[in-house]
Amino acid sequence: MATTRNFSVLPGFGLSLGYTLVYLSIIVLIPLSAVFIKTTELSFAEFWQVISAPRMVASYKLSFGASLAAGAINAVFGLMLAWVLVRYSFPGKRLVDALIDLPFALPTAVAGISLTAIYARNGWLGQYIEGVFGIKVAFGPLGVLVALVFIGLPFVVRTVQPILEDMETELEEAAASLGAQRWQSFRYVVLPILLPALLTGFALAFARAVGEYGSVIFIAGNIPFVSEITPLMIITKLEQYDYAGATAIALVMLVVSFILLLIINGLQVWAGRRTGRNR
Amino acid sequence: MVELTAQPAAFLPDSRKTRYERNIATRESALVKWTILTIGLLFFLIFIFLPLAAVFTEALRKGFDVYWRALVEPDALSAIKLTLTAAVISVPLNLVFGVAAAWSIAKFEFRGKQLLTTLIDLPFSISPVIVGLIYVLVFGASGWFGEWLIERNIKIIFAVPGIVLATIFVTVPFVARELIPLMQAQGKEEEEAAVVLGAKGWQTFWHVTLPNIKWGLLYGVILCNARAMGEFGAVSVVSGHIRGMTNTLPLHVEILYNEYNFAAAFAVASLLALLALVTLVIKTFVEHRVHTQMQGTR
Repeated sequence: MATTRNFSVLPGFGLSLGYTLVYLSIIVLIPLSAVFIKTTELSFAEFWQVISAPRMVASYKLSFGASLAAGAINAVFGLMLAWVLVRYSFPGKRLVDALIDLPFALPTAVAGISLTAIYARNGWLGQYIEGVFGIKVAFGPLGVLVALVFIGLPFVVRTVQPILEDMETELEEAAASLGAQRWQSFRYVVLPILLPALLTGFALAFARAVGEYGSVIFIAGNIPFVSEITPLMIITKLEQYDYAGATAIALVMLVVSFILLLIINGLQVWAGRRTGRNR
Repeated sequence: MVELTAQPAAFLPDSRKTRYERNIATRESALVKWTILTIGLLFFLIFIFLPLAAVFTEALRKGFDVYWRALVEPDALSAIKLTLTAAVISVPLNLVFGVAAAWSIAKFEFRGKQLLTTLIDLPFSISPVIVGLIYVLVFGASGWFGEWLIERNIKIIFAVPGIVLATIFVTVPFVARELIPLMQAQGKEEEEAAVVLGAKGWQTFWHVTLPNIKWGLLYGVILCNARAMGEFGAVSVVSGHIRGMTNTLPLHVEILYNEYNFAAAFAVASLLALLALVTLVIKTFVEHRVHTQMQGTR
């Protein structure tokens, strides 16, 4: 690596890079390789049997389905909130702006029990939703969705908000002077500029939701085939001392995470180019 | 004529409106504006504010005595101690790592830089449950170092070292990812000037770099600390849930909750919620400083 660097008068390259690589290897990379090595203990047939069991498939459907739905809900309402925070003035705006990050700062277990208290049958909202509409939220798939919406919201708001703030008003002024309706200038001028950021926020929220554990397990009810998420299946296998099985599921999730990471990186490059061109 | 006088946000003086609301090309009709504002804020109220309010309401439901007793009972105190221990070890380690990583990435050119940046962010995209699992695979009884550790009577999994390791893993990226863009934006001219004028490496870092990055550093540390104290999934796998020994605050909340001791669970949870609020207050303050520091370099 050192051969390609340009000459620099600054000291500490070897020390800082060396320390970074050693630390990262010991804490993250070597332990992570355990997942890949442990999975080789299983034959492919055994591996396939673990990851394609009906209970597992049900958990994938819930985890990915609820994560997609939560990401979509957050994309819509997150965009709305970012818009409200940038474009409008209202009392308490700074407070709302600061509290948007609450899901980042609030421990997931706290969010989990709190959401359960709100959406349980005798809870603040649960008593009306279940009593009036007969819809069960807590201890079912809908509960999973609620928890994933909570933890994903800041991702969308915080990726869209800065782009919206940096956007020149000249573009909309030009659109208006050329006779565009307000809706048209949003649809054809503003939205295309926000789209890469919106998709990035959606992907980040989705990626986080797929792996989320703490906030979901309290409200999900964890009923086999109905409301078990994939990370919980790893815990279930571990509790049965089935380490190879747990690792097989972990490998599936890791592969999905890596693919998502690649997509997010690509989106960010695209977003960077998009906004760069518009400046 | 009512429509004409009913201007959008009529109750606000013009100076308090955003520039978008004063610009005819960037403002919506009053009806559209109030619809978006109402729906957006309702969503915020239901999904962000309500969960926060519920924690404190449920915590104090049975009165302040019950609340206080839940916080000072021995198991809660030992959970507080363990949570602080995990944070006190993991935050400084990741602080040093973050500074080293940012120094090498922001101040030098080398091949594989992009890959390294992605690897540093990796812990964010891995499910916390998997983080716990990998340490079980490495240090557990049937893991890589299992026999070696048992022979020497060292316990890592289902003990404090495992909890600390899992906490370090999930908080690796926080400081680095704040410092890398900040130090890249600031360039290296100031440090080069210091070195050319005869400053030693550490002097350069201490007197030139550190003052430039202190707010970004604090920002990263605050977020790192919040996650370290609040981590649940990863710690839950390696903890073994031994009361009074390997329980952190979030795990203590879970145990109390599963015992249907809701008032106590929410009392302990309210401590963590307070921590989150303090984090957000400091974060909001520091964010502003980081922003001006970034702008000052342009």
